[in-house]
Formats: sequence, structure tokens, C-alpha cells
Amino acid sequence: MRVQRCKGTRDLSPEEMAGFRLIEGTFRDSCLKWGYDEVRTPTLEYLHLFTSTGTLTSGMLGKVYSFLDWDGWSGERVVLRPDGTIPIARFYIDCMPEKELAKLFYVTNIFIFEETGKETRERWQCGAEFIGMNSTIADAELIILALEVLKKLGLKDIELRLSHAGLIRALLVALGLSGEEQAAVFGQILDGDVEALAGVKSGKSGLSRALTPLLGLEGKSSGFLKNLKTLLPQNLPELELPLDDFISVVDLLEDLSCDYQIDIASGRGFEYYTGMMFQLFVDEERVGGGGRYDALIPSMGGMDIPASGFALCLDHLMNLVKPEALAKPPGEKILIKAEPEAMKEGFNVAACLHEAGYVAEFNLGGREIAGSGWTLEVRSRAPIFILTDQVGHKKFEAQTDGEVLKLLAVK
Amino acid sequence: MQIKLALPKGRYLGETSALLQRAGWGLSGYHGGARLYHLKSKKFPNLVAKIFHEKDIPIQVAVGNYDLGICGLDWVEELLVKYPSSALVKIRNLGYGGGSLSMAASRSGGASTIDEIRAGSDVVRIASEYPNLAESFALKFRLRRFNVFPLWGAAEVYPPESADLALISEGINGGLSNGDLVPVSNVLNFSACLIANENSWELKDMDEVLTSIGDNLVVGEQRPSPIDAVRTPAAGKYPIRVGTEDTIRLALPDGHQQLPAIQLLNKAGILVDDYPSSDGNRRPTTNLAGVTIKVFRPQDMPLQVANGNFDLAITGQDWLTEHLYQFPSSPVIKLADLKFGKVKVVAVVSNDLSVPDVHGLRQLSAGRSAPIRVASEYVNIADKYARDNHLGMYRIIPTWGATEAFLPEDADLLIENTQTGRTIARHNLKIIDKLFESTACLVGNRDNISSSVKSQRIKSVTETLQAAVEAA
Repeated sequence: MRVQRCKGTRDLSPEEMAGFRLIEGTFRDSCLKWGYDEVRTPTLEYLHLFTSTGTLTSGMLGKVYSFLDWDGWSGERVVLRPDGTIPIARFYIDCMPEKELAKLFYVTNIFIFEETGKETRERWQCGAEFIGMNSTIADAELIILALEVLKKLGLKDIELRLSHAGLIRALLVALGLSGEEQAAVFGQILDGDVEALAGVKSGKSGLSRALTPLLGLEGKSSGFLKNLKTLLPQNLPELELPLDDFISVVDLLEDLSCDYQIDIASGRGFEYYTGMMFQLFVDEERVGGGGRYDALIPSMGGMDIPASGFALCLDHLMNLVKPEALAKPPGEKILIKAEPEAMKEGFNVAACLHEAGYVAEFNLGGREIAGSGWTLEVRSRAPIFILTDQVGHKKFEAQTDGEVLKLLAVK
Repeated sequence: MQIKLALPKGRYLGETSALLQRAGWGLSGYHGGARLYHLKSKKFPNLVAKIFHEKDIPIQVAVGNYDLGICGLDWVEELLVKYPSSALVKIRNLGYGGGSLSMAASRSGGASTIDEIRAGSDVVRIASEYPNLAESFALKFRLRRFNVFPLWGAAEVYPPESADLALISEGINGGLSNGDLVPVSNVLNFSACLIANENSWELKDMDEVLTSIGDNLVVGEQRPSPIDAVRTPAAGKYPIRVGTEDTIRLALPDGHQQLPAIQLLNKAGILVDDYPSSDGNRRPTTNLAGVTIKVFRPQDMPLQVANGNFDLAITGQDWLTEHLYQFPSSPVIKLADLKFGKVKVVAVVSNDLSVPDVHGLRQLSAGRSAPIRVASEYVNIADKYARDNHLGMYRIIPTWGATEAFLPEDADLLIENTQTGRTIARHNLKIIDKLFESTACLVGNRDNISSSVKSQRIKSVTETLQAAVEAA
């Protein structure tokens, strides 16, 4: 009987883990420099955290891994975390009651059932959340941070697509859709259906004629949004507020010389988004996205605290990033060949070498270890140590650990 | 090529049998008193039919054990809503046995529309035999917090005290006949339907069998169905008695445990009016002061006691064990052994399998690549048994009765209860292990004694029953 990997999951090989750690490290480094603090939330959460309106779309809820725990006789279900942001909001409400402003980041796995085989069911995310401020500066900072990480990873041709959840919601209201229809179309857009908005049949035919063409438009400057504003029928003040908010974010991005594309209908994201939404693409592959979610924390029983955030898809980035092109050359590798009688000295010198920053390991059973620049023979009689430069084929002798370190330092 | 068909027991047996008779299938033994579950057809010699509990049929067809099945659309949707990629094709509505599933709330419970229920801040408790459809309903209507109580039956008796909503199945001409229940949403209209396994549908030539069924349907006639098993009692006939904080809520079993239960209660001097009830009264009255009674499935009692919906219940040791294996830290405890309804819970295999004991089963499991299929009504007992005995790769197949029918084709091992062992022998099966002996017992909740008056009453009822058992 062959033991198989569980369907829908993936293993990460040593090479893939090197890429994983590189991306994670780059992300952590950028977040820390922008003043974000790292947190980690549990893999198991209560299902109800994700079921109320304004959290996950029905489509996503149909794919969560939920079950009764060993003490779940009340019927209270737990779930394998299906999203990164909601647990952070829960953590903020739970553990940071006195803190108004919190900038948090995380690297975590999320679990979503997927049956096509195109994606794994366990996905890794790098996410950052800016909690406590409703400001275009916060939105812009998050976008710049996300772009910075992608650039540091050596990715080129990064495409930034912008939309606005508040504007989409206001459009659906203006089009005269019923509450249920609005929720359905909004859900479709968030689940990635770019045709959903174009397919809307308005109850008000005149308005539909005025608004529908706007939905399909794409633009590359805040001027585009300002033009759009002039085209709106006069009697739709409810569209102005989200449009102005959108314009202010875009204006700031323009000042920062940030390239972007406005595409209102393309709004893949979460039901909890209320304002600006953005998506990041590299070579047509979606590598991340985020948005403003001012209503999430109050809807979960917290104070009226605005927030926005983003997440990068680690699994997708691993396909694009070439770790060998970016990784720092690892510390020099030393292969220790110790005689059986000299194992004690072998372990001692290994500890000294590790402390000094070298990668040192024993040569076991003739296994050749790739990339070792040096071989260190450890013997029970003098000379105790023979150091061989594998590249230059030179040999050096030493009697103590200290001498070995000195020889290496000189080289 | 052999065609395998799964036929329903219970509510659809009569009309399905009549349909196949009209079609001249010559099925021997497909009637209400059927004692053997494997059937042959004179008309279609290559057809093998087996009788299942209806709820098992969509699963059996989806996993490919059967090519075709006849069952209610309600059970098909119960499977599909949770597992939409099941290999199941709905072929046709057979037109009989129509009914509907409604989510119902209690008039006397306060909130009786979905908006009112959604507006409440408490956890919404939903009781249902259809836990997947109930959960899907809760997600669709975005209930903020909800708990689903999966039930074996009698969902209508739960609101308002033990649940806020109940998903209830009703015959096509009946409204919600329990006067206190009011439908808040229609979830599904159903009737008997013919289903096929997706692979069989694509690959097998089943044309003759399908035509024979199609040609003999009674067209255009939607007749009321015999769904008496789920019909609720008449309107407002049995008032809901809401007790005080000190009132003890006692659960008594329905089904065949009713007679021995009432005999013991009477011996203890506890009189219960209208139990067993001839017309489905599930809220009988008693001469015991400060006690209200509800009658429902013993399988469902431990969960209800754990949740504090009942203080005392007469259930079986088997169902208590099943509950405690699923929830080891549950507060439900056995207060007294009532000694009636004795059964053994046993591990059963086919006589054709040369496995003498559980050790042999382990060897069988180690020596083959296919998983050991364990069918049982006791999912958690079966799971623990397979785990403790290191059966390697195994799968638990939950069943809802008539489990003997699963061996040998559709399962390798059963965890079953038996009184005499005769049914097991009749189906050419043998017992290879005895797990434990089960009798009726009185259970309570160790955390849920809120007042000393109440705990005194619980103690007194327990002692009275214990004395009656010992006097027997």
C-alpha cells in the first residue's frame, strides 16, 4: 500500500522552501521597516467568525473546512482558517482594546476547498493590515509596501489594478437592484466574475443607459475618474462620495509616480471591503490584492474602527520568483570527515564553526554534499585537523579549533 | 451487463413497489414486511436490486455501489448541498410522494420571521434530520451565529424550547400541521425521483430498465403521499407547557422502547397520560409535579441533555456511548441503569469471509490495497473500534438502518446491535467480536443543575426509578 499525499495539498521541497523563505523574509523585512508588527493567529477559529454578513461571500463559505470539535456538542463548529484578515480583526478586538492604531502583518496558511486541481487547498499568504485609520495615506502606504516587496523580489512588469467597493455598491443601488440582487452581483464581482457588472439589468432603464457604459470603462489616471464624475447624472449624489474617495487615493498614487489601471468591474476580493480595492498581477497571474474594510471590525462587535490591508499569494509568487538570482550566497560550507575515534573533536569543531557562521556538517556514509568549498579531516593523532580547499586543492594543517578558524579567516 | 438498483424502504416502498409491479418486473419480496434485502427481477435477469433506508441511497449511488436508485429528492439534495461534486445524476421525477421541506419557527417562541430571527443576538439553534440543508439555509440567510442539531427524527417537537428553528418535511397537501409552528421559508419541494451514478449513466446501457420505469409512471397526477412518518400532530391539540426554572424537563423514547419505558415508570408510581400515544402526541402529561415531558428519538437524547435542553432522558447505553465517543468531555452522565431493552453491540462480517476475529480483520486490512469499509448507525463507536484495532486504511459508511443489507458487497464490517443474533444469522452474517452490552439508562447533565430544588427533584426521580428497577 502506497502512502499518498492528501488530495489538494502540496509538499514543499528544499528548493521550494528556499524560495518560500526568501519571499517570506523579504516581506517581513519590508513590513518591519514600515513599522508593522508580526502576529500569528491560530489555525482553528469558530465558524461564526466568518458567517455573518460582511465577512465572507456565500461562495467562499461553501468551501470552508468546518467540523465539530471534540467538545462541539453544542453544534458550535470550528473551521480551518479560510481567510487571513478576519482572524487579525478578531485578534485586534480581542487583544488590543486600548490600542487605536495597529499595523500588523502575518505569514500564514489558509484553507479553501478547491476541486479543479488548479490550486492547492492549503494556501500561503503574506498579509499586512493597517487598523485604526481611514485615510488615503494608509491605503497608499499599503500599495507602496506591496509593490516594494514585489520589486525587491526581482519581479518586473507588475500591474496594479484599482477598483472601489463603495463605488460598486453605490452603482448597484443606483441601478435600482433589490437588496438580494445587489448582494448577488457584488458577490459575483468579488468572486472574480468580471462580466457580472456588465450583465446587470437595471430596473430603471434610463439610468441603466447612463451608467452601464461607465462600468466597462478602464482608465489610467485620476483624470479618468474625474471625467467619469462629470458624466454622472446630476441626481445621483450617493455616487459622489465613493468617487471622491477613489479620486483622492488615485491622486496620491499619481504623485508617487505609481503606475496603475482603473478597472471598476474587476474587483476580486472580500465581502468585507468597503472602499478602495486593488489587485496585483505579474505576467497575468494574480499575486495579491487588498482593500479597505471600514465596517468589518464594528460588525464583529469591535469599536467603530476603520482599517485596510492586503495579502500576497505566496504560492503564486513562488512560481515567479527565481531564488537563485536573489539569494545571498550562503555561508561557506565545510564537510567534516572525522575518524571514529575523533568524533568528540569533530562535534567540538563543528560547534565552533557554526558559531563563527559557517555551514559545517559531517560526511556520513560517503554521501557527497554539493557545494562544499572545504573538507576538514578530524583525526585522533597529530595533525588533528587537515583542511583542504576543494577548489584550489590546497591542504592546511591545524592542531586546535582556533587554528582552523584562523586558516579559514585568512582564506 | 449487470445493473444494480437501490430501492427504498419506508415511505416510498408502497408506491415504488406498485410502479414496478405495473411495469411487470416480477420482483419477489419487495413489500412492507420484506425480511431479505436482495431482490431479483423475472423481467430483467441482469438486474440486482437491494432495499436500503432511503437516506442511504444517494450515497450508495454516488459512490458507485449502485447504478440506479429511487429515493426522495430531499435526500439527494441533502447530499448534493454538502458534496456538490458527487457523481450523481438526477434522471427524472417519478411524480409520487410529493412533499416540501420548510424551515419553521414557533409562534410562541417570539421570533417567527427570518428577519426577526436574524435580528436576535443569540445563537440560532436549528434542529433537523437534514443537517446539510439546514446549514446551507443558515449560510444563505447569513445567520450570524447558528448551531445545527442533527436529528434522527421528530424535528417538529423541538421548537420553541429546544430549538429556534426546525427544518421539517411535510406531505404535499399538508401545511405545517402543528399549530404552533409557522413556516419562515420554503427550502425545497420534493417527490420520489430516479437517480443514477454518473459513470453508469455515461457508460452503461440501461435503456430497457429506464424505459420500463418511464412508461409506467402515472402521468400528471400529483397525489398526496404516504409520508405519515413525518406528519406532525394536529393543530394546537397538545399545548406547550412552559415550566418554571425549577421544572424538570424529561425526555422519553419513541418507538419500540415505549412499552418497557412506561411499564417501569408505572411501577415507580409515575403515571404518564397518552404515552405511547395513538395519534402522535409528543407532549404527554404526568402526575409528577414540576416535570414536563417530550417524546422523541433516543438517538437524539444525549446531545439534547448535553445542551441543557433536557434535564433527564431515558435513552440507551449505546447512544450514550456514541455521544461520549464523539464528545469525550460532554457533561452527560448515566444516572441509573434501567435494565430493559438489552442488546449487544457487535462487530459483524459476512459468513463468506474467512475472518474469525478482529485479529483476522487486521490481517485482511494489511494484505489488501482497498480500504476496509465499516458500515454502522453508530459512526463514532465504529470509528473508535476501527482506530483502536488499527484497521489501517478504513472508511466509515454512516447508515440509517437496515445495515445488514450492506454486507457483503457494500461494506466489509458492520458495527450493529442485536438482541438474539437471529437477524444476523438470517442474512448469512457472523459475529466476530462483542463490543459491549447496552440497556436503557437514565441520563442527566452534570453541569446543568441550576437550583437546589431542581437537583432535589432530579435526585428523587432517579431514586424512584432505581428502586423500581431493583424491585423488578
